[in-house]
Amino acid sequence: MDEIFDIFLLEAIINGILFGGVLALLSLGLNLIFGVVDVVWICYAELVMFGMYTVYWLAGVYDINIFIAALGAIALVSVLGWLVHVLIISPILGTAPINQLLATGGLLFFLQSVATLMFSIEFRNLGLRLPILEFSEMYFSYARLLAFGVALVGMVVVYLFLTRTYIGAAIRAISQDREIMVLMGVNAKKIYWVTASIGGGLAGLAACLLVLQYDVHPFVGISFGPITFIICVLGGLGNMIGGFIAAFILSIIISIGGLYSEIEWGYVFAFAFFIVMMFIRPQGLLGKK
Amino acid sequence: MTRTIPFIIGFLLVVAPFSTPQYPLHLLIMILIWSLVYTAWSLMGRFGLVSLGHGAFMSIGAYVTALLWNYSGISPWIGIPAAMITAAIMAFLVAYPCFQFKIVGHYFALVTLALSEVVKLVIIASRDHTGGSLGFTPNREGDGTSFYALQFADKETFYFVVLGAWVLGLVIWRLVDKSMMRYALDSISEDEDASAAAGIHVTGSKLKITMLSAVLTALGGALYCQYQMFIGPEVIGGIGISLQIVFAVVVGGLYTMMGPTIGAIITLLMTEIFRNWITSLRTEGIDLAGLDTSIYGLMLILFIIFLPKGVLGELIDRLAGGRQKDTS
Repeated sequence: MDEIFDIFLLEAIINGILFGGVLALLSLGLNLIFGVVDVVWICYAELVMFGMYTVYWLAGVYDINIFIAALGAIALVSVLGWLVHVLIISPILGTAPINQLLATGGLLFFLQSVATLMFSIEFRNLGLRLPILEFSEMYFSYARLLAFGVALVGMVVVYLFLTRTYIGAAIRAISQDREIMVLMGVNAKKIYWVTASIGGGLAGLAACLLVLQYDVHPFVGISFGPITFIICVLGGLGNMIGGFIAAFILSIIISIGGLYSEIEWGYVFAFAFFIVMMFIRPQGLLGKK
Repeated sequence: MTRTIPFIIGFLLVVAPFSTPQYPLHLLIMILIWSLVYTAWSLMGRFGLVSLGHGAFMSIGAYVTALLWNYSGISPWIGIPAAMITAAIMAFLVAYPCFQFKIVGHYFALVTLALSEVVKLVIIASRDHTGGSLGFTPNREGDGTSFYALQFADKETFYFVVLGAWVLGLVIWRLVDKSMMRYALDSISEDEDASAAAGIHVTGSKLKITMLSAVLTALGGALYCQYQMFIGPEVIGGIGISLQIVFAVVVGGLYTMMGPTIGAIITLLMTEIFRNWITSLRTEGIDLAGLDTSIYGLMLILFIIFLPKGVLGELIDRLAGGRQKDTS
């Protein structure tokens, strides 16, 4: 009896880690934007939702090759990210930070209802059934493994971009001191544009991975938006490695919580854990004081 | 002239139920309930304490009252104060460590957002008692009108209950505005360390206003439940409602007493008009579900970009600006 129980627990933990990959990717984009532009995009998950719809329409309805559809989604959400910055954030960049948070909150309502208007509230899925992997009596979804792998590669690429290229160095520099870097001859506007587009692109990538596992509907963003913010704050807003660790901690908590009871309790434990951790380490796991 | 306006409005509000058809009266009741909640939020929001957790306090107000009534038969007259105390305890548990560890700005907003999600998820997860996502209906007492159960079949009686609660909210706002605490909190929102050095109890002041705000919000939630006789985790809680509360206040105006009420009037009328318009289009065979909230969302963005002080705040500024020009 004990043996079977342990296998379930192990399966839950591994599934949690796999789920964490996508969450880590989601929080990476949000963290990048926060670290550089110092703005929390409350509507981040809604951008992901548009990416999911793009893949669904291109691949599911128009029968375009799934990889081209994925590239299309990444490009589209990347442009969306740039538009969010240019149209909404830059006019109010100098005002109280909470205004920026609220403006993107307004965008959250807007994107949700535009999606309702355009696609109706039906649940849609790609109809793509990826095989289930069996490994010593434990079952893992192939889609999750793929998502985990792509998320890891995506994060390595972003890391290399930030550390090995000139513009990456400028992005890191401006997140450390936004006044001085402008004096050093860095074009802050250009850096913000690049960051917003990359943040959008990462949302698009996450969308491609999520659409393989979940149905898409206009309110899908609500189901993983809050957990993404929590991950970013738990890791230390703007701290990408912290966000990475936090994603896996929370996804394992959700997964184990869901094993013993309904999945909502998994989320309750994760949010409660976050609130408690905020009191122990208010600056986040790896945040600087 | 301006002195008599409040009396005229007050008189109109008292006679309103006797001359108003049912539908506008329903709107008026909803506006008053939400105005109470928005005013409660602005109590702390005006001092830079932006909470995205007020959906949680509203849910607590409604669910504690309704659960006590359905399962223990405890009258809302006891249930509502119990719910308000629960909300106060909840606010204390989350806010005390937040303030103690100087969690401010973005971080405070996101921690309270987590609270809002926790409460929503607990309600959904304990579906055996709360009905989960499907919602919850308080048991009707007798023929639907009972003072003991705070249920009234006619809208007129409930109107006065809600009117009283709204006035209470405004009075509390006024008392806070005139108190020493207001100056303390204003100074805290400018610079916490300097205020502490000046002898202000930073954590204590912030905690008091947060708990007061939570208690009034819970009252609003309980009244919503008693009036609508239906509550759901997404109807009065979660991130959607929490954002809605903040937006309405921003639209109306954060720093004036009537701002939140104006915000409630504007946002509720706007959603009602759009909703009716969409419904009438649907009878003609055009389905535009979602258009109403699209316009709503767009207007919120425009409001924050162009009118960050809100409609009333901007109006007062303009009038004051005009007056200054006259004297110079």
